Amino acid sequence: MSPLLSIERLSVAIGGVTLLDDISLSLDRGQILGLVGESGSGKSLTALTVTGLLPLIGGRIASGRILFDGTDLASLGPAGLRKLRGGRIGFVMQNPMTALDPVQRIGEQIDVVSRLHLGLSGEAARARTLDLMGQLRIPEAAAVAEAYPHQLSGGMKQRIVIAMALAGEPDLIVADEPTTALDVTVQAQIIQILTGLVRERGLALLLITHDMGVVAQACDRVAVLYAGRVAEERAVDPLFERPAHPYAAALIGCIPREGMAEGSLKGIAGSVPPATQFPPGCRFHPRCPHAVDICRTERPLLRETPDGGLVACHLAERIAG
Amino acid sequence: MLAYAIRRILMLVPVFLAVSVVIFLILHFIPGDPIDNLLKVGAPPEQRAEMMARYGLDRPLPVQYAIWLGKLLTGDLGTAIVARRPVADLIGQALPHSLLLGGLALAFSTVVGVTLGVVAALNKDRFLDRAIMGGVLFGSTLPSFWLGLLLILVFAVGLGWFPVSGARTWSSLVLPVLTIGLGGTALVARITRVSMVDIAAKDFVLLLHAKGLSPMRIQIRHVLRHALIPVVTILALRIGWILGGAVTVEVVFARPGLGTLLIKALSQHDYPVVQASLLMLAMAVMLGTLLGDLLQAAMDPRVRGALS
Amino acid sequence: MTAPSPVSSALPGGLGVLRAAFGRPSGAIAGGWLVLIVLGAIFAPLLTPYAYDAQVLKEAFQPPSLAHPLGTDEFGRDLLTRMLYGARTSLSVSSVSILISVAAGMTLGAAAGYFGGFFDRAVTAVADLTWSFPEILIALILVAIIGPGVSGTMAAIAVAYLAQFARLTRAQIMTLKAETYVEAARSLGAGHAHILFRHLIPNALAPVLVSAMLATGDAIILEATLGFFGLGAQPPTPSWGSMMSSGSALLFKAPWIIVFPGLAVATTVIAINLFGDALIAALDIRDKLGSKP
Repeated sequence: MSPLLSIERLSVAIGGVTLLDDISLSLDRGQILGLVGESGSGKSLTALTVTGLLPLIGGRIASGRILFDGTDLASLGPAGLRKLRGGRIGFVMQNPMTALDPVQRIGEQIDVVSRLHLGLSGEAARARTLDLMGQLRIPEAAAVAEAYPHQLSGGMKQRIVIAMALAGEPDLIVADEPTTALDVTVQAQIIQILTGLVRERGLALLLITHDMGVVAQACDRVAVLYAGRVAEERAVDPLFERPAHPYAAALIGCIPREGMAEGSLKGIAGSVPPATQFPPGCRFHPRCPHAVDICRTERPLLRETPDGGLVACHLAERIAG
Repeated sequence: MLAYAIRRILMLVPVFLAVSVVIFLILHFIPGDPIDNLLKVGAPPEQRAEMMARYGLDRPLPVQYAIWLGKLLTGDLGTAIVARRPVADLIGQALPHSLLLGGLALAFSTVVGVTLGVVAALNKDRFLDRAIMGGVLFGSTLPSFWLGLLLILVFAVGLGWFPVSGARTWSSLVLPVLTIGLGGTALVARITRVSMVDIAAKDFVLLLHAKGLSPMRIQIRHVLRHALIPVVTILALRIGWILGGAVTVEVVFARPGLGTLLIKALSQHDYPVVQASLLMLAMAVMLGTLLGDLLQAAMDPRVRGALS
Repeated sequence: MTAPSPVSSALPGGLGVLRAAFGRPSGAIAGGWLVLIVLGAIFAPLLTPYAYDAQVLKEAFQPPSLAHPLGTDEFGRDLLTRMLYGARTSLSVSSVSILISVAAGMTLGAAAGYFGGFFDRAVTAVADLTWSFPEILIALILVAIIGPGVSGTMAAIAVAYLAQFARLTRAQIMTLKAETYVEAARSLGAGHAHILFRHLIPNALAPVLVSAMLATGDAIILEATLGFFGLGAQPPTPSWGSMMSSGSALLFKAPWIIVFPGLAVATTVIAINLFGDALIAALDIRDKLGSKP
């Protein structure tokens, strides 16, 4: 049986600049795939592509395809994509503070999803909304449903956004940095909610984050993205024990602690270059402590690791040692 | 909301007093004495003094102000010096004309401006957008009296569709409303477009798309709904402006109204009339800002939240 | 951040900005038209064989022709000539009065924003009040006080726009006041005048100057409107407004007398707006300019 979500050799361009280059990923029901990398690595773009929102930001799929439950997303027209979005694919955004319509009541914002995708009447939709809010442990759901977003805390808003993502009975939830904008204690609650949903409902979760701590806590597999390419893709435990790609190693070496700026890597200076200035060869070589001549000229291809992962590094064997 | 409305209305009281002082004082700096206009050249000084006393012009300024304000609050706006009639009568005759003209111009600007703004925003950076915004910019840079005269030249004189001037028939309203309305249209269209484009780029709009809502529904029910908040606020502020713009246009079209009343009174140094018509316009401006604030609070729960 | 104030970021080289503004097609056309009008106004005597006040009654009311490209008025005066000389009046009156307005408005706004307290509240209250009042009314009242003519018009325009510049400057100063380099300068013992004139005002300048340019466009219309009411430049001095004023009475007999000055006003104001837009884009200060209702 084919996986629920399968991204095959996907390249994405915005305005002639290729931002995702030959990405392949797959994710099955009941599984959590972490997508990690610094800002500019292409994580969020992957999320927007999977949810079919790419045209909204002026991007297009340059090559490759995305199969969702066996259907090529590109073969669906705008209407078909709309049915999928909010229906079988739920989306959780990074910043719950700005994710909700500030002038619409909370309840109506959740209701509309089940009305649209499940064809529920207004009353049934509201009942479902309140039920979902209860499942997400939102206290006084009926009162919250009548509130406006500015009256709620950040953690509460993120629960609302998750409720919206769940309202259409999704098979897949794409969560783009769902905890970054929240307090540490609230972060743990939200991650708990999301992993609980996967375990209880057999959802698939694509969890995008730059926080390796979250990955270690929640994910089954993890894909490390650097400058629009997959650097390493493995099960979580072996990756944390023995990272094969120097970039993955660096990310693990600096599991962010409170107060640390996003994207700052211990031991590695600099940041991901803009897409117009990606270097030749291995795109990580200017920042790599191990770089040798071949890294500057030859693009490293993804190779299988003994434990069934993939890594794109000329020196993987030597580093993993 | 009600408490806010009451507080906001009470806040108008000091503003009103300040405006009334300013209007009262300004007029006493105007050179030229209305009494001179009434007296024959070489009239004896006693007659002059008698006239000054009759209109209260011989008292100290603060006393004059207090008397003026007291009468004002009881609806007595004084007697026009030149027309020798109660000012309240003159204002009462002029006001409906100005309100009708201003109201129609406001409605025109809103409907046409919002429509053009929406069409431009939905076609952002395409030909239709550029054509609309270019046309709107052109429309807003024409001096209103000039535009009015050209409209008269083409549609009243050339084509004979509308009367040249006056206010006797409904059709006489068309050209003046167009003249005032075009300037407002430009403003409304620009604000509508800018805020729609702004809002469309917000996170929550992306999430609306992610919920699978149709783009049309998102644009109209959510984006436009938001974009209308600044439009309504600014339109309410514009009420005073439209009456101000009516000053020029009323003169061009020889229509009765506050504008013609004011201009004529200014040239005749008829203090009470000038004061009263300025006060009316100032009150329109104040009521406009009040209305804008209240509408904004009604449309935006965040504003209401910040108030309570 | 270090102590020196980032003046360069607010005014990235005056010439560079102008070049960037001219680099956009709309900016180039608009800027070119403005340069043309200004040159026409300056070199008016060299460009036309007629004098602006030379009355030739037997040539009155001539429609546009080769000898008189824009026709003649009721006194047989060449309209193109009067337009060129009228540009002198209209442009100088509006730009000088806006300059006065900017100087006074910036001083008030900067002082209010910097010192705060009662003075700030008083300035803000008065500015808010006048700002919500239509400029044409403010101008009409002032002309009534000062009397018609060029100086009355200039004072009227200057006062009518004062509130706008005071508000804008105050808002700028309020945000800049909290910047690190101002704190640094203060901790180094710099005086109020030093901080205001060396650090705050230069950095607040760009948005104020651009909005001053846009206001000059509005001021041209205001000058024309006052002229139309017969309150602007007095005969025989030509201005676009006064030409339209006399033209309005002859609307049906010789429409060209009023059409051409109106077109001149409209095209000049559009050019100022387009060039101002190009400047705003070049300076990247769009969000600093609050739009006036």
